[in-house]
Amino acid sequence: MSSKGSSRRRFLKEGVALTGLAAAGARPGMGQVETSQVVKNTRPYGERSRFVTSARIPDDPTSRSPAILTPIQDSAGIITPSGLHFIAEHYDGVDIDPQQHRLLIHGMVDRPLIFTMDDLKRLPAVSRVHFLECPGNTSLRRSKNTESIQQTHGRTSCSEWTGVLLSVLLRRAGVQKGASWIVAESADRARYIKSIPLDKAMDDILLAYYQNGEPVRPEQGFPLRLFVPGWEAISSVKWLRRIEVVDQPHMARWETITHGSIRGDGKARWFEFEMGPKSVITRPSLGQRLPSRGYYEITGLAWSGGGGIRRVEVSTDGGRTWKDAQIHEPVYRMAHTRFSLDWTWDGTEQVIQSRCTDERGDVQPTLEQLAEVWGVDMEYWKTTTNNVLKFNPIFRWRVTRDGSVQNALFS
Amino acid sequence: MRYFRSLLLLLPIIAADIVTAQTPDYPNVGRNATAEEIQAWDSGVGPDGKGLPPGRGTASEGAAIFTQKCIFCHGANLEGTKNGPALVGGKDTIATLHPVKTIGSFWPFATSLWDHISRAMPLNQPGSLKPDEVYALTAFLLFRNGIIKESDIMDSTSLPKIEMPNRNGFVPPRLEDIHRWRCSGGHCR
Repeated sequence: MSSKGSSRRRFLKEGVALTGLAAAGARPGMGQVETSQVVKNTRPYGERSRFVTSARIPDDPTSRSPAILTPIQDSAGIITPSGLHFIAEHYDGVDIDPQQHRLLIHGMVDRPLIFTMDDLKRLPAVSRVHFLECPGNTSLRRSKNTESIQQTHGRTSCSEWTGVLLSVLLRRAGVQKGASWIVAESADRARYIKSIPLDKAMDDILLAYYQNGEPVRPEQGFPLRLFVPGWEAISSVKWLRRIEVVDQPHMARWETITHGSIRGDGKARWFEFEMGPKSVITRPSLGQRLPSRGYYEITGLAWSGGGGIRRVEVSTDGGRTWKDAQIHEPVYRMAHTRFSLDWTWDGTEQVIQSRCTDERGDVQPTLEQLAEVWGVDMEYWKTTTNNVLKFNPIFRWRVTRDGSVQNALFS
Repeated sequence: MRYFRSLLLLLPIIAADIVTAQTPDYPNVGRNATAEEIQAWDSGVGPDGKGLPPGRGTASEGAAIFTQKCIFCHGANLEGTKNGPALVGGKDTIATLHPVKTIGSFWPFATSLWDHISRAMPLNQPGSLKPDEVYALTAFLLFRNGIIKESDIMDSTSLPKIEMPNRNGFVPPRLEDIHRWRCSGGHCR
């Protein structure tokens, strides 16, 4: 044993009280502090490092039931850790014993059926990576007067969802002629209810019981949730207890009044299910600060309810010129897709932004294009108190001379 | 040779198995629901009013229940508080810069009122109201929005016939035209 080794051992033994101090005064040039605490990694369920603090935040701390927002600025890759998935509820959640839980399928079917959770898990399972986005993500009122990208864009998350295809159960029940909708109902206290066209139900809707390789989290609908790929998150009913096959939508308060989206002419669009193409630069982003000029990887996320992301372009000069960003594998349909672009910041004020194109060729719109679709002028966006939902304009961040990043959507 | 012949005999059975494997019916997974179970499980009322239970109520009966159970969140004059939305007003605001969605200004179906009150109200005790109480509260709210008369009786026959002021404020207006939207750049079609 070398003397160097034994002195290190002695230091470890005698220097416990100094650990914190030693860590703070890490030897220059050393990659690692040798006096770090020894941790026995034998926890039955692992936890992240105590040095990692990335966390969800409430959108409105004074609200009775605030939405809880994903720290999208800390994201890497495309999967959102289940513990950081956003939460937005119409009603308080419920704590359900999976042994007691039942799903009823009835209405315009030949054989009304009741399933236990064990029944559902016996059926063939599929796993799919999809984003889940609240229609209020980046809504107009949240796009203004906000301090971080977590507040503007924190209502979208992406997970691997595992479960049984709803079409398997509907075929087993035997859908009758004339049926055109399903109505899905939650076991939450208010029995939240949502209408969905039957063709989507027969296509790719999942009854999900797993999220990212473990049972769906309680706040995500344990033990069973509907998962409707590419559509507004209000369709993906949590704590699912009942599916009725019907021939017209239920016209529940939430789907008509809450999410009826009023346009410039006063007519409201209802049942606009699909989320449009959207992208955002997550780093550098609103609320962050660049420590110095020099190299940065611009990185962000793109997604579309219309399918896979085919192209992402980034501009670092206020939209005068655009460069194709690198799209990172894997690219899944209706999923967050990671993109990046090398960038050297010269210390001057710059406006950076991204725009995406999906597999249909649909391009994320500018604020001006959205105004045209909505039948409003640009002034409308600044002054209205209408809670504009499904708002997916190209977002712009301004990197100022001191390195702080500001919201430049309206300037 | 004998073995060969029995293999040949097996072939159609194997083929049949493959066909079954392609369209399995998952025998013995899940069980049939009885009519009683469905009735106990099912709740909810759509625009056709199907599923509305027996019972009745008027605005004056509803006013008493409102005072008791709804004022805290919706205010004595139905003007709304920080805990709950306004239930009246908003007339002629929907096409302006500052739209106010209320029963009178925005709701397209009176049956949705019944459905929502019955399943979700009051906030601290959802599902606790009896059908007569829900009919009465529905009548009270429709009356206070100027949609029915104070003496009108709301029941399973009269409620689905109510025409709401903003029924034509939605696109597409006809239920049968609502289907799968394809959206692009904020525009769904």
